[in-house]
Amino acid sequence: MIEWFHPALLMIVGGLVLPLFKGAWQKSLSLIVPLLVILEVSQLTPGVNGTINFAGIELVLFKVDKLSLVFGWVFAFMAFIGNLYSLHITDTGQRVSAFLYIGSAFGVIFAGDWFTLLVSWEIMAFASAYLIFASKTQPAIKAGFRYLMVHVTGGVMLFGGIVLHGIQTGSFLFGPLEYGQGGSLAYTLILVSFMLNAAVPPLNAWLTDAYPEATVTGAVFLSAFTTKTAVYVLLRTYPGAEILVWFGVGMAIYGVVFAVLENDSRRLLGYHIVSQVGYMIAGIGIGTEMAINGVASHAFAHILYKGLLFMGAGAVIHMTGRRKLTELGGLYRTMPWTVALYMVGALAISAFPFFSGFVSKSMIIAAAAGDYSATAALLLTVASSGTFLHTGLKLPYYMFFGKDCGLRPSEPPKNMLFAMGIAAIFCVGIGVFPGLLYNLLPYPVEFEPYTATHITETLGVLMFTLLAFVLFLKYLDPENTISVDTDWFYRRGAKWFVWFANKPVLRWEQFLITLGDGPALRTLHRWSKRSLRLDTNIVDAAVNGVANTARRSGEGFRRLQTGIVSHYGLAIILGLIAMVGIFMLFGTGGV
Amino acid sequence: MIAKLVNFFGDSKYTRIRWRLLLVILALIVIADFLIDRHETENFWDAIPGWGAAFGFASCAAIIFISKFIGHKGGIMKDEDYYD
Repeated sequence: MIEWFHPALLMIVGGLVLPLFKGAWQKSLSLIVPLLVILEVSQLTPGVNGTINFAGIELVLFKVDKLSLVFGWVFAFMAFIGNLYSLHITDTGQRVSAFLYIGSAFGVIFAGDWFTLLVSWEIMAFASAYLIFASKTQPAIKAGFRYLMVHVTGGVMLFGGIVLHGIQTGSFLFGPLEYGQGGSLAYTLILVSFMLNAAVPPLNAWLTDAYPEATVTGAVFLSAFTTKTAVYVLLRTYPGAEILVWFGVGMAIYGVVFAVLENDSRRLLGYHIVSQVGYMIAGIGIGTEMAINGVASHAFAHILYKGLLFMGAGAVIHMTGRRKLTELGGLYRTMPWTVALYMVGALAISAFPFFSGFVSKSMIIAAAAGDYSATAALLLTVASSGTFLHTGLKLPYYMFFGKDCGLRPSEPPKNMLFAMGIAAIFCVGIGVFPGLLYNLLPYPVEFEPYTATHITETLGVLMFTLLAFVLFLKYLDPENTISVDTDWFYRRGAKWFVWFANKPVLRWEQFLITLGDGPALRTLHRWSKRSLRLDTNIVDAAVNGVANTARRSGEGFRRLQTGIVSHYGLAIILGLIAMVGIFMLFGTGGV
Repeated sequence: MIAKLVNFFGDSKYTRIRWRLLLVILALIVIADFLIDRHETENFWDAIPGWGAAFGFASCAAIIFISKFIGHKGGIMKDEDYYD
């Protein structure tokens, strides 16, 4: 009975009901609904529910299996943590959009057909965009429109891909795609739209452009759901697509390089979403059971530690109003809890032993080394060093330690600290008891993270990264700059486009209008007169002629029907002879 | 407790102790890497003691210098009002 209750429905109805309540009631409800969702997810068992036939297409609204459950669990936890973190806000709109956003993310991961997926996908884009607009600053509104523009484009591509796929295969059931099945265009369109949402370079810039402009609480939700639903759908549709291995490895490095250059605290973390999702994309490309387990567990761990990091950076922005590393520093004196909780997330993302990243990320690297290519494994290890360098060392050093910026903010509100605390418990809990996470994974786990070699090697990589950081610190100072990413094409490119629309296109349009008013209109008149004459004299006459002929032939045929069988027999034989004759004369070439 | 721990990493009066602690930890990691049993060598680097340490240091240095080089010389880093 309870299995019929879709977590998406719970979140979306909950979100729509929220505005009816005020103050403490609304706040309580914003925590109770996610708790109910956790309860609901705990009751789910693999199976198909909610199949409806819509206009001849079978829609499977609610399909549960082990893989979707891994994501279901972590989405439910993050729904609670995120809402606890935003408990203090008074903006109902943000709360509602977060609910709709999470609800539609559930819609994607439990979708059994392409249309349910598409609708959920689009709601996600619009609901999440509000979390950016809600900052209400000019840069945020601009970034929000760019975010929408990019996602709407992606959505159209997905729609096109789905329609092509549906027409060519006759099925709208969501499942693995193979090149050529349903046409290579459908395959490519869907792949590109999924890669766009996963922020795979060069389609990554929407993320690092928009997330830092979102509200403090909104960015926490954003960091969790969009890229990870994309990872989920890629895992479902393109496991073992080799091209993804190299896109993923490139992405892991790309994020790290840009993070070196970044001065905005949350943009730096955004580049590390790109980098971390790179591991997952590479894992999807490898596509073995171990790699898929690795991707699912890394997505699970990632949502929690990345949420924690965004909460930590958000707490600093909330208390100081500053987001640039060049304007921060020395906050450790008055925000020790924020520092400590942030560092738990940092150690988890860096994959220190006994933290969550250690038991999840290493599974992907091991799958790469064992089943795929040593080069991929080594490059992913380089990215691991970079991850610790930025999120574990550079960001906390310049934000909390380093040069004293003179600010003495207090700790953030209690609800923020508690939310961070819960996420931190997950980060350590998964690291210490990996079995809890491994039991959820789609395939049996034959991987032991805690071997002597793995521990000493990881500690070697990480602690010598720390040594290099300390030695080369002065070269790493953040600078007051922004980095040009692929958003250049539509930010600078847009100016070219506007120029193009104003000058050549507008002039051409004007020319066409004058042409239309003058000679073109006269020509059109002349032509219409001529065609009228043609119509009355020739077409009508022809129609009348045909009708008369038909009437006369009917008359003739009527007289032919003599009712004498031998006449009919003669007609049939004559017809046959005529047919054979025609066939012998012309038929050989055509048959 | 947490405040004290955080303070230890921030306060400059502990700089010397922090350095010593770091060096001790680094030494222990390298020594441990030489002592452990390495019968399960899946990749060539698993057989090399001290590999992780060398690779970590080199990676970090490479990331810092190559990225800054690309950022400055490759025209990636622009003034903050670049798009305005």
